[in-house]
Amino acid sequence: MLKLKKESLILPSFVLLAIFLPLTESRFYVFMGTDILIMSLFAVSLNLLLGYTGLVSFGQAAYFGIGAYTCALLMKKASVAFPIAFIASAFLGAVSALIIGYFCVRLTKIYFAMLTLAFAQIVWAVAFKWSSLTGGDTGLLGVPFPLYLDSPVRFYYFTLVIVTASIYALWKIVNSPFGRLLVTIRENPERTEFIGVNVRRYQLTAFMIAGFFSGISGALFGVFNHSVFPDYIYWNRSAETLIMVILGGMYNFLGPIMGVAMLLYIRMLVTSYTQYWPLILGLILAILLFFFPTGILGFLQEKFASDKKTVKC
Amino acid sequence: MLIIENLKKTFDGFVAINGVSLSIPKGAISSIIGPNGAGKTTLFNLITGHIPVDQGKLTFKGVDITGLSPDRICRLGIGRSFQRANIFPRLTVLESVQAAVLVHHGMGFNFFKAVKSLFLKETESILKMVGLFDDRDAVSHSLSYGAQKQLELGIALASEPELLLLDEPTAGMSVQETKKTIELIERIVREKGLTLLFTEHDMEVVFSISQRITVLHQGKVIAEGPPDQVKNDPFVQKVYIGESR
Repeated sequence: MLKLKKESLILPSFVLLAIFLPLTESRFYVFMGTDILIMSLFAVSLNLLLGYTGLVSFGQAAYFGIGAYTCALLMKKASVAFPIAFIASAFLGAVSALIIGYFCVRLTKIYFAMLTLAFAQIVWAVAFKWSSLTGGDTGLLGVPFPLYLDSPVRFYYFTLVIVTASIYALWKIVNSPFGRLLVTIRENPERTEFIGVNVRRYQLTAFMIAGFFSGISGALFGVFNHSVFPDYIYWNRSAETLIMVILGGMYNFLGPIMGVAMLLYIRMLVTSYTQYWPLILGLILAILLFFFPTGILGFLQEKFASDKKTVKC
Repeated sequence: MLIIENLKKTFDGFVAINGVSLSIPKGAISSIIGPNGAGKTTLFNLITGHIPVDQGKLTFKGVDITGLSPDRICRLGIGRSFQRANIFPRLTVLESVQAAVLVHHGMGFNFFKAVKSLFLKETESILKMVGLFDDRDAVSHSLSYGAQKQLELGIALASEPELLLLDEPTAGMSVQETKKTIELIERIVREKGLTLLFTEHDMEVVFSISQRITVLHQGKVIAEGPPDQVKNDPFVQKVYIGESR
């Protein structure tokens, strides 16, 4: 019981810390904080598939990008108000995940992963080639920033509210009956069918929920950067986010957030010294897979548990 | 309760089930025996929708279930266990059974209720029934093999099936574990008024609890009836019981 209370206090503690971050009056920390918040939502939504349902989505950037483009295009080309464009991007993220997911959940394991990647690359190709709508390689520049959010601190707080509410909703979902059944599917999809679960329908629903929240994070990211590029959808964004999730620990709800914070911070440090970031990223992944297969949080949890055991003995 | 009519299944030219017809009466304890490769597990897989039927018809409680998916067949009231313990390795014992209870109560698509406190009484009563109450917080893969088979039985019972199919429920168990498991199964089946169909290698077990026995050989039914009748069937003695001696 005590353990449960401790766990449920971690998220509010993070939020409290995040609330006070702008008091540092550092533009850098506010910028970094916003980036970490947005990518955290993206990583936690990806982990609903990876850590909870056992589905390796290698193309999650598609829904991130669809969210970003929807919000930016609606505001820039159709002069739609930000709140409506923002909500539309979440729904388009979910709808596109529903359509693409319909085909993907028909496959399993590596074939599922490859199909998610294939679809994401198709979405990327559309964004890259359809210049008249998306601006092609140049992307969409000068996405109009809503006036009431036109300061880094205001946008930071807006992001904090949206991300906290979204992550709370995801936390409720993984601790619900639906979440429990996703975990049984991860553990043994065949056996889950024989307790009366239509596995594909649950997987598709999880895919759609992940698409919804990825769409939200993409929309935030586009507005945050005042621009949207096809790079948002490219496979390396999907891969980098997968690494973030694995780094933090995919079997822990908060693991992906830790992975995002660590990787973005390390990237910032490394890129100020060298341009060989992909090399360092590869090294990080190799070390992770060899020495911390359950991620940093997973490792700490196991260590803490075994220390406690030793004390008991 | 379950009527199997002229069922056929072929794998790459190999005829695994060759025109099996069988009727399982409600409330009976029936078993299927046969040498390795006779088609026992294939028959279970066909009944539960695990593999598609090539030819024939399956009727459960008057409903044609041929070609239905495993989840629909389960929801209609057929539960099963597997020959090798087939569990949710990283879930606890309680979480595993609770998952099946949730589905049975139509709670699967509930997104916001806290799962921890749902249907605990029902779940715990199943755990008590299969003798795993004291292990409820143990991670499933850490259980002994015998306990894993008990857990499988608990998961199958959580769906409150009317027909329970157990594929070699004592496979890999010691003599003592086998005796304990069979007593447990018999008690549960009688208490709950279930219809039981099981496959088994241990002839002592088969003849001690079965009311009806079906003998499969090379995908065909070669004998069917009460234990005494099957035991004295000369063909059965020749192809099966004689072989195992």
